[in-house]
Amino acid sequence: MKFSLSIIATLLGGIGISLISGVPWWGFVCVSFLVALVIHQVPSRAFAAGFLGMFLAWGGLAWWIDWQNASILSKQIASIFPLQGSSAALLMLTSIIGGLLGGVTAITGSYLRMSKNKS
Amino acid sequence: MRIAPFLASATLSIALVVALDRPLGKIPPLGKFLSPQYGFWQNAEPIGMDYGGTLQLKGLKGDATVYFDDRLVPHVFAENEEDLYFIQGYLHARFRLFQIDLQTRAAAGRASELAGSKAINFDREQRRLGMVFAAENALKEMEEDPLSKTIFDSYTAGVNSYIDQLTEAALPIEYKLMHVTPERWTNLKSALLLKMMAKMLSAGTENDLANTNAKSIFMPEELSRLYPQVPDSLLPIVPNGTLYPKPGVIPAKPAIADSLYLNNKQTVAAQIIDRPDPGNGSNNWVVAGSKTKSGAPILANDPHLELSLPSIWFEIQLKSTSSNAYGVSLPGCPFVVIGFNDSIAWGVTNSQRDVKDYYEIKFKDDSKKEYWFAGKWVPSKLRVEEIKVKDSLSVFDTVAYTIFGPVQFDKQFSTGASANRNLAVRWAAHDPSNEGMTFYKLNRAHNYADYEEAIRTFTCPGQNFIFASRTGDIAIWQQGKFPARWDKQGLYVMPGEDSSFLWQGYIPQQENPHSLNPERGYLQSANQRAADSTYPYFIPGSYITARGIRIDKKLASMSGITPADMMALHYDYFNTSAEDLRPVLLKNVIESQLNAKELSYLQQFKNWDLYATPNSIGQTIFQCFWDSVQFSIWSDEVNRTSPAATWPTEQTTLELLLKDTALVYADDITTPQKETLSITVTTAFKKAAANLQQKEAEGKLVWSKFMNPSIYHLLKDALPAFARKGLTVGGYGNIVNAIKHSHGPSWRMIVHLVDGIEAYGVFPGGQSGNPGSRFYDNNVSVWEKGEYNKCWLMRDNDKGDARIKWTLQVKKS
Repeated sequence: MKFSLSIIATLLGGIGISLISGVPWWGFVCVSFLVALVIHQVPSRAFAAGFLGMFLAWGGLAWWIDWQNASILSKQIASIFPLQGSSAALLMLTSIIGGLLGGVTAITGSYLRMSKNKS
Repeated sequence: MRIAPFLASATLSIALVVALDRPLGKIPPLGKFLSPQYGFWQNAEPIGMDYGGTLQLKGLKGDATVYFDDRLVPHVFAENEEDLYFIQGYLHARFRLFQIDLQTRAAAGRASELAGSKAINFDREQRRLGMVFAAENALKEMEEDPLSKTIFDSYTAGVNSYIDQLTEAALPIEYKLMHVTPERWTNLKSALLLKMMAKMLSAGTENDLANTNAKSIFMPEELSRLYPQVPDSLLPIVPNGTLYPKPGVIPAKPAIADSLYLNNKQTVAAQIIDRPDPGNGSNNWVVAGSKTKSGAPILANDPHLELSLPSIWFEIQLKSTSSNAYGVSLPGCPFVVIGFNDSIAWGVTNSQRDVKDYYEIKFKDDSKKEYWFAGKWVPSKLRVEEIKVKDSLSVFDTVAYTIFGPVQFDKQFSTGASANRNLAVRWAAHDPSNEGMTFYKLNRAHNYADYEEAIRTFTCPGQNFIFASRTGDIAIWQQGKFPARWDKQGLYVMPGEDSSFLWQGYIPQQENPHSLNPERGYLQSANQRAADSTYPYFIPGSYITARGIRIDKKLASMSGITPADMMALHYDYFNTSAEDLRPVLLKNVIESQLNAKELSYLQQFKNWDLYATPNSIGQTIFQCFWDSVQFSIWSDEVNRTSPAATWPTEQTTLELLLKDTALVYADDITTPQKETLSITVTTAFKKAAANLQQKEAEGKLVWSKFMNPSIYHLLKDALPAFARKGLTVGGYGNIVNAIKHSHGPSWRMIVHLVDGIEAYGVFPGGQSGNPGSRFYDNNVSVWEKGEYNKCWLMRDNDKGDARIKWTLQVKKS
């Protein structure tokens, strides 16, 4: 329950935060951090939830954009990167970067909560 | 204890964010770049994007409406001129911001700010050519006239109104890739853009440095034979037989010219780095009602430039109470540059005239503070240039300005090892002028008199303005401010120790070559010399003769012409040079010396239909053969100096071969034996055949595979993914459909001056500069097939027309 709640909170917060103007591109890591701090889980589960939440947020957004764009741009970028022009590979890379950042910041939140409990 | 893992993961998180926020060499900041909310994904425009809506813009005087058609061509309807050009500026920025920013920075010698240290020499050359000096002189002129100032101010405000509201997410993708930011627009940038065009079209049409080397190795009579002023087969822009009035200005050749200038055998080691493509040319022509099916004139134009994505052109209609013009504009500058309105149509080709000369300067010492002029040391004006370099320290350069102009080459800037001659450049583009206003007036012209008045002040680059009106007039003017030269003035580096070699005056504007309603019912220009040898001025230039011959012959033979006939002529692949050359080349090939493979190539060449179509093998064989022949004849001669002397042109070589079968230059002077023309041609053919065999093995024997026609992104090789390569088209620089590897017809336009105007146009690109838009390259395939889009001159009562796809209401805020 906590796990899926964290994922959903991370996902929605990750998408929503960019609507606030002035927030830098990495602003979403505050969301995964805070979610892990508020909805406390053991570090491994917090990481998984943070990772999955942001993986889905970035991946989902990018996929939605890519679908509307008929992959016109992603194909070109995927040959610059180089990912052999594969939009899917580029979507995966995007999702993993988002997930990674979500995961490490969530684990940080989880450890902070734990350290607080002990003291 | 959870402090340690907390600190560890916190550190890792921060490190990861920081790492992904930084560029790594050429790789953009990965996290930022891949972010779906801020990075490149934001540039992926939905296929079904709505370009309409309501826009509030600060600085507008009234309200206006932009109607986009299904090709994203904006039809701007404004209440006044300020708003018209404000919105044009906004739209240029909206669709082409990176392009205008890059082009104007490069024009100003600031490419290193974006590209890093590899562009330093390019930037130094731009500064030393006086590009900013030229733009500043133009700016003064632009801002002196209140009307012109108002227009350029409005345009600049429009560009900036877009830039100022840009969010990080909305930045054009190139900024994200290169990790740089756009710069606000100024009127000076518009001036710089016009100087970029001036450089493109009038800085590569002289050969003074290489000519000086040619002068050191050839006798005077050889020079006139190898570099003739008037080709035998010239079909000039002004019809042959036209009578020219007595010249109003007669420049006097200085008494010392022979000894100090023409007989001076000193070579020059300096070389220009960024030399504009000598193929920057164009075609335009017009046929009178007497030759058309409808009885109304038809005008055609196709400017040949570097083909790029985004295209150099942006299609637009500009309508206010005072004007209603349709055509292509140059992003970075207001107005329609090539186009039409309700009453007239106009187009341009390059004049190819030489308006840039070099003078040798003697400095007192290395400080360059004083130079010798008219018997004494006079102070030069030193301009210290700071070139900012991305990821590195600034580079400083000092440019000395003399009475002639900036000293482009000196000890501190030379490409040759022994380049110790100081050369100042005198270039017509340095003179104050306001070319923009010619287009302002053309956009509003109703008849021949308006057109004549509009182009009168156009200074540089010299252009062939072609014209047709709905009232049936056709005309052409070669317009520019051209120096009145004495014979051979400015062909070579000139002495700069006093004023005797300076330009003495200009050809009076009324004496520029022109023609109005000639009896034959057509006019054409294709970068050839404008007039035959009876024109009373010395007018050197880098002329191209072949296309004009083909166009002239075709137009002369046609009648009952329709727009479709003109489209076919745009797409004409006939190789008129090859038609002349084939007999003489074949006559000189010694077939007994060829092997079976070589003979089979020769057979294909013999059977070739002379059309350079995409699938032609004959054209590939011809071009390899002919290039090889020219190389064999001239390379030994021109390489007697370093850098090489000027290569005789293709047309000159062709004509020499036709009239002199024992051409002495056929001998390779680097070998002891004497080669006859036959031996040289046969050896050249064998070399070409070896090259052809290799191409055949690579599957590149057909012309389009051999030439590989491609349209590159502005950043060229840095972004191959944004290019469109391997197009199925033929042609060549000497062919009417003048497509070369990445160069050619950058806009094809045909205007039929019937009531209501029937017009067609296409450029190989799209309206949007965004590679993530479906309008980035949507016209490439249309252009490739030789097809056209219909240009719609929208009128007030068309506001409910189905052709309107999106409507953008622009309101003042």
